[in-house]
Amino acid sequence: MAKPAKTATEAPQRPEQPDRQLGPVMKFFSGPAKWADDRTGIGGIMSGRIPNIFNLRKVFPDHWSFMLGEIALYSFIVLLLTGVFLTLWFKPSMGEIEYNGSYQLLRGLPMSEAYASTLNISFDVRGGLLIRQIHHWAALLFVAAMLTHSMRIFFTGGFRKPREINWVIGATLLFLGMTEGFLGYSIPDDLLSGVGVRIIFGAVLSIPLVGTYLFTWFLGGEYPGDLLVPRMYMLHILLIPAVILALVGVHLILIFYHKHTQFPGPGRTEKNVVGYPFFPVYTAKAGGFFFIVFGVIVLMAAVIQINPIWTYGPYNPAEVSAGSQPDWYIGYLEGALRLMPNWEWHIGATTWSWNIFIPAILGFVALPGAIGIYPFLEKWVTGDDLEHHVLDRPRNAPNRTAIGVSAITVYVVLMIAGANDIVATHFHISLNSITLVLRWGIFILPIITFMITKRICIGLQRTAYDRVLHGSESGVIHRSPSGGYSEPHTPITQGEAFAITQHHEYQPITPGPVTDANGVARKGTTKERARRPFTRWYFGHNVAKPTAAEIEEAAHHHGGHEAEGNGQEAIESGERADEQVGAGHSD
Amino acid sequence: MSTSSGTSGVGGETHEEMNPEQQIAREDYAGHDMPVHEPAHPVPDPGVEEHIPRLTDVDQAAADRVERQVVTMFMLVPVTAVLFVLSYYLIPRDSFVDFGPLHASAKHVALGLTLGIGVLLIGLATQQWARQLMANNEIIEERHPGHSPADANEEAMNQLTVGIDESGVPRRKMLIYSALGAIGILAAPALVLLTDLGPVAGPNYRRRTFETTLWKEGVRLVNDITYTPIRPEDLEIGQLVNGVPENLKDLTGAAFNDAKAKAPIVIVRMNPADIKIPADRKDWQVAGILVYSKICTHVGCPISLWEQQTHHLLCPCHQSTFDLADSGKVVFGPAARALPQLPIKINDEGFLVARSGFPVPVGPSYFERDSRKDLGQSGEYR
Repeated sequence: MAKPAKTATEAPQRPEQPDRQLGPVMKFFSGPAKWADDRTGIGGIMSGRIPNIFNLRKVFPDHWSFMLGEIALYSFIVLLLTGVFLTLWFKPSMGEIEYNGSYQLLRGLPMSEAYASTLNISFDVRGGLLIRQIHHWAALLFVAAMLTHSMRIFFTGGFRKPREINWVIGATLLFLGMTEGFLGYSIPDDLLSGVGVRIIFGAVLSIPLVGTYLFTWFLGGEYPGDLLVPRMYMLHILLIPAVILALVGVHLILIFYHKHTQFPGPGRTEKNVVGYPFFPVYTAKAGGFFFIVFGVIVLMAAVIQINPIWTYGPYNPAEVSAGSQPDWYIGYLEGALRLMPNWEWHIGATTWSWNIFIPAILGFVALPGAIGIYPFLEKWVTGDDLEHHVLDRPRNAPNRTAIGVSAITVYVVLMIAGANDIVATHFHISLNSITLVLRWGIFILPIITFMITKRICIGLQRTAYDRVLHGSESGVIHRSPSGGYSEPHTPITQGEAFAITQHHEYQPITPGPVTDANGVARKGTTKERARRPFTRWYFGHNVAKPTAAEIEEAAHHHGGHEAEGNGQEAIESGERADEQVGAGHSD
Repeated sequence: MSTSSGTSGVGGETHEEMNPEQQIAREDYAGHDMPVHEPAHPVPDPGVEEHIPRLTDVDQAAADRVERQVVTMFMLVPVTAVLFVLSYYLIPRDSFVDFGPLHASAKHVALGLTLGIGVLLIGLATQQWARQLMANNEIIEERHPGHSPADANEEAMNQLTVGIDESGVPRRKMLIYSALGAIGILAAPALVLLTDLGPVAGPNYRRRTFETTLWKEGVRLVNDITYTPIRPEDLEIGQLVNGVPENLKDLTGAAFNDAKAKAPIVIVRMNPADIKIPADRKDWQVAGILVYSKICTHVGCPISLWEQQTHHLLCPCHQSTFDLADSGKVVFGPAARALPQLPIKINDEGFLVARSGFPVPVGPSYFERDSRKDLGQSGEYR
């Protein structure tokens, strides 16, 4: 049993007594601090006198999954630092020159200045290859961290009110991050990236009505022209990073304003946040974690090769290498392009390329779009307009969790499809069969994973409530004089039981009366009727959490009958979920 | 409908004492309840778990040991920094590491390892310090509602109203309309300035660009690397050669690249008995030698994988597969249109030359493309 909260009363007793003597360091800084405060009022901000935005002792809860967003932030900082170095050497020009650098195999070949300067960074600038590889690894990590960060928030319901704006900013950042990564991958103008650019501009052409105009407008003429690299370079080093930086700033300010979410647990409520202070604990932990992320990226860059542009040679519109793969985060788009059947309309003198437009353009927008819109769809179903600061355990939102898993399934199917040639050659499977199987798989597999996930969640709910009612298995088997076997259960702590039963239970909407007491038609019934099947589907299968009375009764029951065989305790998995969980245990 | 009832369940819970600094924030919001669920708790909240001291909290020696670890890690960082500087200046450029799967420049690896380890040490030391030596008492901080206090909102509205009033807009509405209009119209110069980024892809422009390649009557087919003109007898049955128009040689820079993105061809010789030729393409080939565009009709990758036995040509980008023995029709994959075929003949000197340009635009589809003259997948003109 956890004890009542002593620490809560401890906290104010800890160091910050007003009459404390200042240490030598603080004495040294008190002069400059006063100077700054006189001019900026910084002291008020740091001490939290301006409410709710910031104070040095702001509390953050501890959980490993809260570091995923930090990884994204830190890899972005690493990208900014290394990117500045690379701009000192990279020449964003498609002007043709003859290569004369130290990489023997490409000497004398005509190539763009962009490619030549990238070779120069890789072979002739000391440490250039290291910085280039840090930059590339950090980019891969940046997008990966954003995606896993968003998964964590999705599965725990961290996007609910009041955090929807931050969630939409996050989806925008994911979109910008992927775009930024693709631009960076493209500007060295090597053969591999050139093919990627060719594909993207093929996709631009497929946009109905305006595609052709956008194409010539951005390229300054035909593909590839000689303006593409400088224009992508401007977007890559100036416009998009500036937008990302601004959005990251807003993202962080809102995190500070909302205060961080926390997982359910003893003493954790919707009205508090339990954890450690920003200063000094999180200044050290988060600051230290920056160096860990940075250090790991540098070590990866030191020993794991990434994007060896010299092996592909300069871009040549008439060449391509088999087995080309984009950076991982573009893989799902590549897969969508490969899976899509060849549907194209020819209406009059126009061509509607659904085979390209749907997977490449809609697919690109659909990922951040679907992520960004989800909180609003869920809110429409739940009708929930209250603030949420305690996170959901994924099992307690089975449909949301199942939706997330089936979305991941679609993503993974597309990733595999994007590497179907690699799969074919490595596993000696016919490329055509892989494509055909995945064309069906993209519709069937998400349904299967949805159902499995939902069942697992409901099963986990039952297991959890069983723990509350009957305690955890002790592993000791008793044999009674009559020959029956039983396993006595150990009661779980009150803290754990509280964490399991802490969440709010949503109920499906029950149809209200169409008219009010006076017989006048009630407002909003049509809307309610539209929502009803969704709420039934969304909440109807949840297992009801045990009531206080049931817990009480179960405790008595275990006191008296512990030695008796109670093999029927298991709850059948196929059982209708809306039955009471308590009904399963033996009497 | 408990879900949208909007009632806030502030109730029987007593709040623990708070830091003085946190109380300030709370007082500002006194009387404003958090709009949160306070769900029924079948199990009462036991409060935050008891603080368990760490070994370093109770054992001075253990704390000293951690301090030594942290300081040692910090002090190793200057060592790695010196090694980094030495590696930068002293390791020869052409020295090489060959260690297991690692084949790389020794300078690169040394710089990376010294920098990486140094940076990592800072991180690890700081973490160890934070985890083992900094106070780890859990603190409870009260939350505040997301919205601002009601009177603040009202105050803001008042200030806005007063401001708007004082600006004179309510009485003189044209002020604000004309101001907004004046600023709004600035979008026009801004957008116009961007027009020249690229040409407008109107019908004339498209005819000159998308719908034209270097091919025209009499242009010789040449090898794409050596620019050697090709005679029919140079090609064996089953052989595929990548070609370009001979006049590509005259171009440089962007013009060269633009042309090379459209004009490349594959020249393939098949057994005439194996080929299906539509009636209107009888004279497009020479003795079983057929010429197709090398640019995929999907998104424009150069198609390059030739299966001699099946006469299939596969695009390595998205695996669209074309049957060169059957007018370049799509047999698999996401491409929707057959590969455009280039009509050829033999000139007086015995070289392969184009009979005309491509009868249809090559490369990926675009909206204004008239695809009625193309061979569709089914083989019929669409």
